[in-house]
Amino acid sequence: MSMLSDPALITMLLLAIVLMPLLAAVLLVFFGRRMGRPDWLATASIGLGAVIALTLFWQVIVRQGDPEWRWASAEHGLSAAWLAIPLMPLHVGLYLDNLSVIMLTMVTVVATCIFAFSQGYMHGDKNYSRFFAYLSYFCFAMLGLVVVDNLLVLFMFWELVGVGSYLLIGFFHDQPEPPRASLKAFMVNRVGDVLFLLGIIAAWQLFGTLNYHELFERLAAGQFAPQAGRAFPWMSDHGLLTLSGVLIFCGAVSKSAQFPLHTWLPDAMAGPTPVSALIHAATMVAAGVFMVGRMYPYFTPEALAVIAGVGALTALLGATMGLVMWDIKKVLAYSTMSQLGFMMLALGVGGWVAGLFHLITHAFFKACLFLGSGSVIHAVHSQDIREMGGLRRKLPVTYTTFVIATLALAGVPCFAGYYSKDQIVANALAWGLTRGAAHWIPFVFAATGAFMTTFYMLRLVFLTFHGEPRDHHRYEHAHESPPVMTVPLMILATVALLGGGTLNPLPHTEDLWFNRLVPTPESAAAVGLRLEGHSEEMEHFEHVLHTQAHYPAVAVSVVAILLGWVLARAMYLRRTLDPAAVSARFGPLHGLIANRYFLDEIQSCYVVGGVMKLNRALAAFDKGVIDGLVNLTALVARALAVVSRLFDSFVIDGLVNFWRGFVRGLSGVLRLLQTGNARDYLTWTLLCVLILAFYLARGLT
Amino acid sequence: MPDVELGVLVQPAAATGLAGSLTSYLFVSALLFLCGLAAILTRRNVLYVLMGVELILNAANLNFVAFGRFGGYGLDGQLTAIFVILLAAAEAAIALAIVLRIFHDFGSIDVTRTDSLRD
Repeated sequence: MSMLSDPALITMLLLAIVLMPLLAAVLLVFFGRRMGRPDWLATASIGLGAVIALTLFWQVIVRQGDPEWRWASAEHGLSAAWLAIPLMPLHVGLYLDNLSVIMLTMVTVVATCIFAFSQGYMHGDKNYSRFFAYLSYFCFAMLGLVVVDNLLVLFMFWELVGVGSYLLIGFFHDQPEPPRASLKAFMVNRVGDVLFLLGIIAAWQLFGTLNYHELFERLAAGQFAPQAGRAFPWMSDHGLLTLSGVLIFCGAVSKSAQFPLHTWLPDAMAGPTPVSALIHAATMVAAGVFMVGRMYPYFTPEALAVIAGVGALTALLGATMGLVMWDIKKVLAYSTMSQLGFMMLALGVGGWVAGLFHLITHAFFKACLFLGSGSVIHAVHSQDIREMGGLRRKLPVTYTTFVIATLALAGVPCFAGYYSKDQIVANALAWGLTRGAAHWIPFVFAATGAFMTTFYMLRLVFLTFHGEPRDHHRYEHAHESPPVMTVPLMILATVALLGGGTLNPLPHTEDLWFNRLVPTPESAAAVGLRLEGHSEEMEHFEHVLHTQAHYPAVAVSVVAILLGWVLARAMYLRRTLDPAAVSARFGPLHGLIANRYFLDEIQSCYVVGGVMKLNRALAAFDKGVIDGLVNLTALVARALAVVSRLFDSFVIDGLVNFWRGFVRGLSGVLRLLQTGNARDYLTWTLLCVLILAFYLARGLT
Repeated sequence: MPDVELGVLVQPAAATGLAGSLTSYLFVSALLFLCGLAAILTRRNVLYVLMGVELILNAANLNFVAFGRFGGYGLDGQLTAIFVILLAAAEAAIALAIVLRIFHDFGSIDVTRTDSLRD
C-alpha cells in the first residue's frame, strides 16, 4: 500500500475516478444507441471508480494511526494554472483529504448500486442509453465537485451538477409534469447559485484567493484586503465575512433544499426513481452540505447561527410535511429535506463531524429507501400508498431492506443512522445548554423532527407493506424485482445496518470511525477576527457535549422513536386511532401542512408573479425602446443601401457595360476580316507582303 | 543574290536588251507569277485556281533555272527545278483528290462557297 504515497499516482487515480464517467457519458451520447449493452459501459465506469475509491478509503483506514501521514495533496498541491489573468491567476487543482476520500467512496458506491438497479428499473425504456449517459455525466460532475481545490471550480461543477439534475428530472419529457419540474428545479437553484456566486466574489475581494487552503490560511492570519478597495467599504471585516459566509450558504440552501428554497425537491420526484435516489437523496443534495462542511472554517459564529436556524426550521417543516403525503416518493422527498435540515443544523451548531457523518450514512439508507420505493412502484405501477398494503408477502427482499433502512433513518440504536443522528441531537442540546434562550430552538426542532421521522417512516412501511391489500388488482400482479434490482438493495441495506462501524449502542464518540478519521477543522474565522473567548467557548461546548449532552440526547432520541412507533402502530397498524379523525381534530393545521404551508403558492404568486410582471415590463421596454432602436438602425441601413445600389447600378455597372460595348464593337470590325474564304486570307497576306516589300525596298535604297 | 538589285527587276525589258540576260528571265518569271496569282485570286472555279498554282510553281522553276545558269552555282538550280516538277505532280494528285472532296461536301467546286474555316 506504500505505493499510494506517490502524489503522481494519486492524481492519476483521482482523475480516473472523475473522468471515467465523463468518458462513458460521451461514448453513450454518440454511440449508445448502437451498443448492445450501454448500461454495462456506464456501470463499469462508475464501478471501477468505486473500486479505486474503496482502495483509497482502505488506505485511510490502515494509515489512521500514523500521525506523520498526510495525503500528499495537502503539501504538494496537485494544481495547475488554469487562467493566467494578471492580478488574479486562477489555479485548478485536486484537493484530497480524508473527507473527500470518504465522499468519493460514498458517491461511487451508492452510484454503482443505483446504476445496477437502473438496469432493471429502466429496462425497455426507449431512451435507455440516454438515461445512462445522463447518469454518468451527473456522476462526473458530482465527483469533480468533491475533489477540486477551489471555490470557483467548485462552483463550475456545482452548475454542471445542476444541469445533470435538470436533464434527469425531465427525463420522461413526453409527460406533462417532468419538464415543468425540471425547469422549476433549475430556476429555484438559480436563485441560490447567484447568491453563492456573490458570496464567492465577496471572498475573493476579502482575500484575493479562492483556493480553500490559502483562503483559510489568510483568514486565520487576518490578512484581509484593505477596506477601501471593496464593494462595501463601510462594512467591517467581520460584517463582510459574515455576509460572504451567509451568501455562500445560500448556494447550499437551494442545492440542499433548505427552507425557503426547498420547493423544487418534492416536484423533482417526477424524475425516474433511480434518479431520485442518486440525485435527490444521496449525492446532489448532499453537495450543499459537503460545501458548507468544506467551507466550515470560513463561517463566522453569526453565519453559523443562521445556518443552524435555517437547518432547524427545514428539519421541522420537512418532517411535518412528510406526515401527510400519500405519494411514496413525496414522503421520502420531504424526509430527505428534513434530514438535510438536520445536517445543516449540525454544521451550524458546531457539530461538524456529526453533520458530515450523517451525510454519509443518510446517503446509503436514503438511497436504499428510494430504490426500495422504486422496486415497489415497479411491482404495483402506482406511487400512491393508499393503493398498496400487504406487499411484504409479495416483495420480501424489498420489504426487509426497506425496513432496515427505515430503522436506520429513524435512528434506532445500533443502526448506522443512530450514531450520526444521535450526535446531531447531542450537539444541538449542547448548544442550547451552553448558550440558552433562543439557542434551544435547534434542539427542540431536532427532537420533534426525530419523533416525526419515526412516525412518518413507520406510517409508510405500515401502509405499504402491512395490513390487507387495498387494491387487489395491483396486489395480484405484484412480483418481486429481479436480482439486478434486489442485490443493490441488499448492499445498501447492509451499509445502513453496519455503517456506524460498531454495534455498541453507547459508544464514546471518539470511537466512531468517522470521528477518528475526520477531525473538526479549526474555525479560521474566529482566529482571524481575534474573537474574544471563542476558544474557551468551544472548549466549554465540547465539555458539555461529552459530559451533559451525550446521554440525555440518546434518551431523547429513544423516547422520540418509541413515541413515533406507538403512535404509528396505533393509527396505521392496529387502527385503534382513526387517522381521519386525528387529522380532522387538527383541521386547520392539517390543511396548512397538507398544502405544504402554501409555500409553493406564495412563491408562484409573489416571487414568480413578481418576476413575470417585471418580465412584462421589460418586454414592453424591449418592444418599445430596444426594438425601436433596432428598427431605426435598420431603416438607416436600408436608406444607405438604396444609395449604394444606385451608385452600383449606374456608375459601376455603367463602366463595366461601357467596356463591354467597346470590346464588342471592336470585335465586330475585326470579325469582318474573318470570312472563312481561303482566297480572302491570301489576298490579305499578299497585301501585307507588298507593304513589307515596300518598306524593305525603302530600307535598301 | 549579291549582284541582283530589286530596281533591276522592274525596269522595262526594252531598256536592258532581253535576250540572254538574267533580267529577262526574271521578268518572264515575274509575269508568270503574276498570272498565277491573278488566276488564284480572281477565278472561282477551283480547277483554275490549281492551274494558277501550277503557273506560280513554274515561275519559281524558271527562277531556279535562271539563277542556276547565271549565278555560278553549278547544277543546283536545275536540280531543284526537277524536284519542284516532281512535287508539282504529287501536289496535283493530292489537290485533285481535295477537289473531289470539295465537290462531294459542298455540291460545287466554287472556292467562294468553301468558307467553313470561319466557324
